Amino acid sequence: MTHSTSVARPARAAARRSSAGHLQAWLPRLVLAPSVAVSLFFVYGFMLWTFILSLTNSRMLPSYDLVGFAQYARLMTNDRWWVASTNLVVFGALFVGICLVVGALLAILLDQRIRQEGALRTLYLYPMALSFIVTGVVWKWLLNPGLGIQAMVRSWGFEGFTFDWLVNPDMAVYTLVIAAVWQASGFVMALFLAGLRGIDDSIIKAAQLDGASLPRIYWRVVLPCLRPVVFSAVMILSHIAIKSFDLVVALTGGGPGYASDLPATFMYAHAFTRAQIGLGSASAMLMLGGVLAILIPYLYSELRSRQHG
Amino acid sequence: MDNVIRRRTPAARCWRLALHAVLILAALFYLLPLAVMLITSVKPLDEITAGTLLALPQSPTLAPWAKAWGEACTGMRCEGVGGYFFNSIAIVVPAVLISTVVGALNGYALTKWRFKGSELVFALMLFGCFIPFQVVLLPMAQTLGWLGLSSSRAGLILVHVVFGIAFTTLFFRNFYVAVPTELVSAAKLDGAGFFRIFWRILLPVSAPIIVVSVIWQFTQIWNDFLFGVAFSAHDTQPVTVALNNLVNTSTGVREYNVDMAAAMIAALPTLVVYVLAGKYFVRGLTAGSVKG
Amino acid sequence: MSALEIRNVCKDFGNEQVLKDVSLAIDSGEFLILVGPSGCGKSTLMNAIAGLEPVTSGEILIAGEAVTWKTPAERDIAMVFQSYALYPSMTVRGNISFGLEMRKVPRAEREAAVERVADLLQISHLLERKPAQLSGGQRQRVAMGRALAREPKVYLFDEPLSNLDAKLRVDMRTEIKKLHQRLGTTIVYVTHDQIEAMTLADCIAVMRDGRILQLGTPDEVYNDPVDIFVAGFMGSPSMNFIAATLEGGEGGYRLRIVTPDEEDLVLPWPVSRETPDLARRVGQQVVLGLRPEHFSEEDLRLTDQAEGTLLEARVTVAEPTGADILLRLPLGAGEVTARVGPKCRVAAGERLALRVDMGRAVLFDSETERRLA
Repeated sequence: MTHSTSVARPARAAARRSSAGHLQAWLPRLVLAPSVAVSLFFVYGFMLWTFILSLTNSRMLPSYDLVGFAQYARLMTNDRWWVASTNLVVFGALFVGICLVVGALLAILLDQRIRQEGALRTLYLYPMALSFIVTGVVWKWLLNPGLGIQAMVRSWGFEGFTFDWLVNPDMAVYTLVIAAVWQASGFVMALFLAGLRGIDDSIIKAAQLDGASLPRIYWRVVLPCLRPVVFSAVMILSHIAIKSFDLVVALTGGGPGYASDLPATFMYAHAFTRAQIGLGSASAMLMLGGVLAILIPYLYSELRSRQHG
Repeated sequence: MDNVIRRRTPAARCWRLALHAVLILAALFYLLPLAVMLITSVKPLDEITAGTLLALPQSPTLAPWAKAWGEACTGMRCEGVGGYFFNSIAIVVPAVLISTVVGALNGYALTKWRFKGSELVFALMLFGCFIPFQVVLLPMAQTLGWLGLSSSRAGLILVHVVFGIAFTTLFFRNFYVAVPTELVSAAKLDGAGFFRIFWRILLPVSAPIIVVSVIWQFTQIWNDFLFGVAFSAHDTQPVTVALNNLVNTSTGVREYNVDMAAAMIAALPTLVVYVLAGKYFVRGLTAGSVKG
Repeated sequence: MSALEIRNVCKDFGNEQVLKDVSLAIDSGEFLILVGPSGCGKSTLMNAIAGLEPVTSGEILIAGEAVTWKTPAERDIAMVFQSYALYPSMTVRGNISFGLEMRKVPRAEREAAVERVADLLQISHLLERKPAQLSGGQRQRVAMGRALAREPKVYLFDEPLSNLDAKLRVDMRTEIKKLHQRLGTTIVYVTHDQIEAMTLADCIAVMRDGRILQLGTPDEVYNDPVDIFVAGFMGSPSMNFIAATLEGGEGGYRLRIVTPDEEDLVLPWPVSRETPDLARRVGQQVVLGLRPEHFSEEDLRLTDQAEGTLLEARVTVAEPTGADILLRLPLGAGEVTARVGPKCRVAAGERLALRVDMGRAVLFDSETERRLA
């Protein structure tokens, strides 16, 4: 080898490079440090802060007179909170359940070698790109009894047709389900479709050689393979449900009265407009508890499967 | 399910027909609100009150759009949503850029320069993806006050960056984990340092995940309402807040066509982004969620 | 002064010791091969030399300079990776010149180096392509070209041929040998392929469980293995190990091999290869190591002058490989493999007379598996 190019260089650069070596070892940590600091302060610090606020009798402005768990006790006797919590259970269960069924069904149907698959997939999925505010505004218009779907169906000759859930205190929460399913089920479809495409073709071929019919193949062979997808979808959807705030504001405004309140709107109303910072903080902490109750089993199973895999 | 031989019996044909029917009905369900929104936004008000939802406009007009953009009342002011549209842009662009850059660097450092505790750091940051934002609202309001950023666009940018980097870090980390570490080893031996390896080796192959991160952050921040309504004032509100105010302003006659036009204006940027780059968006999102 | 010296290097991953007190030294221009089964620590040792993984203790010197705590860039080494690790966004030219660019070599010199290397490896026509447009063999050449563009003190090759198909692998092996002879570079080469090790190396280090079991020339490692593992690992088909009892005393040891359904076989141990150790082992179980080529078919015309001991056995399987025939025969508790010439006409089930070259046989302790004689 002709030693012409780089032989003389290292000696000259050596001194500088040693310190560069040190810097090199610390750079990754330095790069991560701001994000870690931000995360510690704005996520963990704020969680602690809100927890402390929830132990005080703060009203209009934060005060730091600790009153123990009195705010939580108040929450437990607050009728509006119970309505909001019950609504969340109803809304969450229906929203997650219907999204899963609709999403899985559409994905399986789309998986049957449909020529226009791309276009259909785009149509099913586009609502996910919209703001919940836009969704709320549109569905408020569609569900408006005077001018929306009810009026349209009546104009077709079905005079007795009634679809007034939006203004019916018992039914208002279901309008949230309709709008939210409309927005998110396409996304679940995409998740399932990606999962279906990830399944080894030969499994299905083997099942066909075994003489199984198509529905049976899906039910017995394919869907069990999609358990991780179902899990991810449940996780994401529950998270959307618990955080749902904008949709309620835009669609029902929590009304009629507070019939369609969710914890997210309850928290905002008390913390920002009704000068009940302590109570609002307590409700926020309970929301966090709800998220953790879903998250921890999820992460636990994720970590466990990673160790096995 | 490709490459499977199926018999073309009459029953099978019926089945295919039913299959298509179901899929098209579903498509109509998803399309209906957008169609209604669009139709209503170009109808004069009298046609709306006289006709039905799906009746096509007899005399289409862009007046509702003009009004929604420049004159409609959002609360006390009647200046339309146009100004707020630009507010949103002024908030979204820097927030998306900053959070994507930070996320990319974080993901790179977490995967290609592992150190003791780097997994813990990742787990720590990942948690930020999952918290309900209600839990940070009150402290954030106070902190923004201390920083002198209350009700400012800069404040909203800060908030979106802070709570966006958890997601962007997750995206980039999952992407870079799959890039062979030997590439980085080779570059180290070639004499490249931390930033140069990132710039010359990793970044040129990151286009797919940059697209995902930018689209995700763009839609998240553009569509945000909670932070917007909590931390902005009249002149710094994003368009989602303005839209909500416009729809809920009850002075005089409810102008549904203007409401719908305003909703269209607020929805257009994310719709356009979705139509143009939705393929990558879906691919990235699903890849991320399937992998966990 | 050694080109590369490793002193008492240890490496722990958590509670697991992957390198246990490894020491070695090679001279400038030497071709060292680290060989061993997967998980033996050879790749970890290579990464430690490269500086990609810090060691737990010990010292690494390159050209006499301690580099244990230096960054990879500061060590002045080049490496060829198993996966090639070509930069996907750069052309072949960019890949080859990147290392020079990082070392601030002027553009004209970089261009000259690229041309020189492209010429050497016959990849001049590929210079403007991206790695994705190359075949496996071409990528392998580019990966070598990237290492050769610089003139570092040591080259590291991490299983560079393992992703190639069989034919290409043999070709590239020859080419690497030629390059080394021509350029006189110092090379450390990791492989799990003992044929690569035998054909390429000046010096082989056989590793197992984080230790170097034997460090020597290919001839030493092959013919003079230190223990059963090294003897069994080097060579294909591998060495036959036969349980035997050591008999006799001064002036004549014998090995008795008990084969079921056969008469006991007694093989004399050559006088020239007696060691003092053997006296203490008389009457004990030992392991006799015979390579397949230590057997040869009995040729009646040569009976008078031929060396070695005659044995007779029934052939269970005959596998012609073209160049020669591999026979399986019962001997002792198990079967042994013998390599005979292609002209040997023998079918399964027939009895065959074979000669054993005891002058090259080796003897191991049956418990410690260490070499006895």
